[in-house]
Amino acid sequence: MIRNLYTRLVLIVIVAALAIWVDVNDEIRLYNPFNNETVLFERSIAPRLGLDLQGGLQVLLEPDVAEGTDVDAADLETARTIIENRTNALGVSENLIQVAGGTRIVGDFPGAEDTDAILDIIQQTGVLEFVDTGDFAPDEGTLLQTDFAGGSANGTTVAATPLPTTESPTETPATPAPAADPSQPQTVYHTIMTGKDLRSVNVGVDQGGKPAIDFVLSSEGATIFAQHTAANSGRYLAIILDKRVISAPRINEPIPGGQGQISGNFTAESANTLAVQLRYGSLPVPLKVVETRIIGPTLGEDSLQKSLVAGLIGMIIVILFMGIYYRLPGLVADVSILFYAAIAFAIFKYFHFTLTLPGIAGFLLSTGAALDANILIFERLKEELRNGRNLTQAVDQGWTRAWSSIRDSNLATIITSVILYWFGSTFGATIVKGFSLTLALGVAISLFTAIYVTRTLLTIALRNFKPKNLQAWFGI
Amino acid sequence: MIDILSKRYLYFAFSLLVIIPGLILLGARGLPLSIDFTGGSLLEVRFEGGTPLTNAELIQLFENAGIDDVQVQTTESGTFQIRSSVLDIETRGLILDEMKAESGGEVTVIREDSVGPSIGAAVTSRAALAVGLAALAVIIYITFAFRKVPNAFRYGACAIIAMVHDVAVVFSIVGFGAILFDWQIDSLFLTALLTVIGFSVQDKVVVFDRIRENSSVLRRLEYETLVNHSIVQTLQRSINTQLMTVEFLLLSLALFGGITLQEFAVILLVGLFSGTYSSIFIAAPILVLWEKQEWKTWFRRGATA
Repeated sequence: MIRNLYTRLVLIVIVAALAIWVDVNDEIRLYNPFNNETVLFERSIAPRLGLDLQGGLQVLLEPDVAEGTDVDAADLETARTIIENRTNALGVSENLIQVAGGTRIVGDFPGAEDTDAILDIIQQTGVLEFVDTGDFAPDEGTLLQTDFAGGSANGTTVAATPLPTTESPTETPATPAPAADPSQPQTVYHTIMTGKDLRSVNVGVDQGGKPAIDFVLSSEGATIFAQHTAANSGRYLAIILDKRVISAPRINEPIPGGQGQISGNFTAESANTLAVQLRYGSLPVPLKVVETRIIGPTLGEDSLQKSLVAGLIGMIIVILFMGIYYRLPGLVADVSILFYAAIAFAIFKYFHFTLTLPGIAGFLLSTGAALDANILIFERLKEELRNGRNLTQAVDQGWTRAWSSIRDSNLATIITSVILYWFGSTFGATIVKGFSLTLALGVAISLFTAIYVTRTLLTIALRNFKPKNLQAWFGI
Repeated sequence: MIDILSKRYLYFAFSLLVIIPGLILLGARGLPLSIDFTGGSLLEVRFEGGTPLTNAELIQLFENAGIDDVQVQTTESGTFQIRSSVLDIETRGLILDEMKAESGGEVTVIREDSVGPSIGAAVTSRAALAVGLAALAVIIYITFAFRKVPNAFRYGACAIIAMVHDVAVVFSIVGFGAILFDWQIDSLFLTALLTVIGFSVQDKVVVFDRIRENSSVLRRLEYETLVNHSIVQTLQRSINTQLMTVEFLLLSLALFGGITLQEFAVILLVGLFSGTYSSIFIAAPILVLWEKQEWKTWFRRGATA
């Protein structure tokens, strides 16, 4: 029995040490103990602050389709990826773009300062251009500079190519500037026409029976295309989307009537993807912004400090109360509450939970639930002592009898947390989600600490130190 | 032992006294729904450097841009909260530029929310569903947990009645808060409400659990005495858990936690208190009332009085 008890104590101490290790570091790294060089395990665990704590932008997007139209989940996922790529190119860190509730896309940009730029880039549909690359056949995915300015204000390409500008003071008078723009050493290609002139795009088959793309142009586009293809037979015409090459077919023959075909090594799937891109710009479904929330950085910082102070004050008062009112068991409960806080915070950090204001509130409430479990037990323990049982019996009975109410009551809280979480995730309400998640997890962890940790510690304390004056030590 | 249950009609009257005025206020003024539910824009700005615009000037500025349902409020920290229908990106940029130009200084956006009307409607229906689901889950759960006690369903039903009581108290507080502090019903309020529901049930379960335990041990006792016994036995725990720990934590949050969390913390504070109160003074008395079928005597009592 004793051995068992001390094994438990060792286990508790190990878990506590691990938790504190995770709590105080922003990055954890385990070296191979044999050579001290190879890294066995590495994970960045810097705390993630929500929008309400550090400021930033949250956007909720909805497919811009007629009501009742079903949107394909795969399309929504593609749109999500595209938006993620676009916004990442702006250099905003910690973006989080998620599909919410299967029908919406929610984007979180904590710490974002230029919110207008992000909103712009999200809302544009993507610019499709047909570019003359001459004899050069660019690979898929290559970034090209073009002379079409209309849509390039989006900034994707500019941000994506951090040009190592050679604008040092030495070059200014000496070089007579051979290129038109010294800060753009890349070739600038000519845009023949843009996606606006595409009337329809469909997947068809080429003469060899392989999948190909059939397209029809507007009358204006047809004229331009006819002239260009007649003059440039055998050269390449790259199709680029947001300045990135998606396909670079060769002009095989002049296309006079405004109807043409792109053939190549397409599979049915890749042909379809390209057709979709040609049809809708970059997004497989048109999206509209239905909700934006912007929180200035000052408000966020202010809230963070104040709520941390508030939480600390509350915890100190509660810890004092437990010690004074319940004496020895109260002190043990205080230790296990600190243990609980360390574990909970470590879990939040390790699994990258976003810390929000309501999240802090949820954490405090779950601390209350953890204490409630202890209070239920201690009240029961005191009752048993008053009924004349000896200490060991009373401790035993306290735990056994209080268990059913602790279990049933906490389950009720977990049930409502789950419903809250469901409500929050359908609308990308990260704030509601954060609250319910911390509350539910907190309640679950608190059950463990109240039952397991408090009991082990109290039993050990009572074994090594046999209190004679029960009145003083238990506050009966 | 203290006799708590005998004065039960007094507690019912007290609760009604707390609930009804606030609900009347809400009924008269309409629910103070935020843009989370109605759709619209909320722009909070601070003027720095220049001369701040007056409320009338701000409204004029919005009207020039074609937005004519504008409400402006100044906050304690000297910022301006402007509520209107949804602003699109261009209009918003235009208005901010105008503000800068007219004030002659910098305009800092403290906070900005914009919710489309369709999303507002969707949130409202989903919120109603969430509350309904929570209530249903609770009644099923309690009936299940107390299945070995006679009339298990009554415990679930009483928990729900007490829960409705707590929700009514919260709404009543919002009725007053809306007038005094300009509180609004937003998704954070909904979070607080659902939490109150969760903890309210948690508290009922603790008291009911004691009744469950006592009803097998003290089988000879009259039901009312048994319930009263159970309440008194859990009283110390209720006071310590609620008043001394949870309420202290929330009070600290309400006092020092900053303006963003104030409404949230106060609603939780009142709601959780009500949750504990209603376990002792609403749910348990109704259990007894139900057992004795007291409604049969209501009419008679009225006749003799």
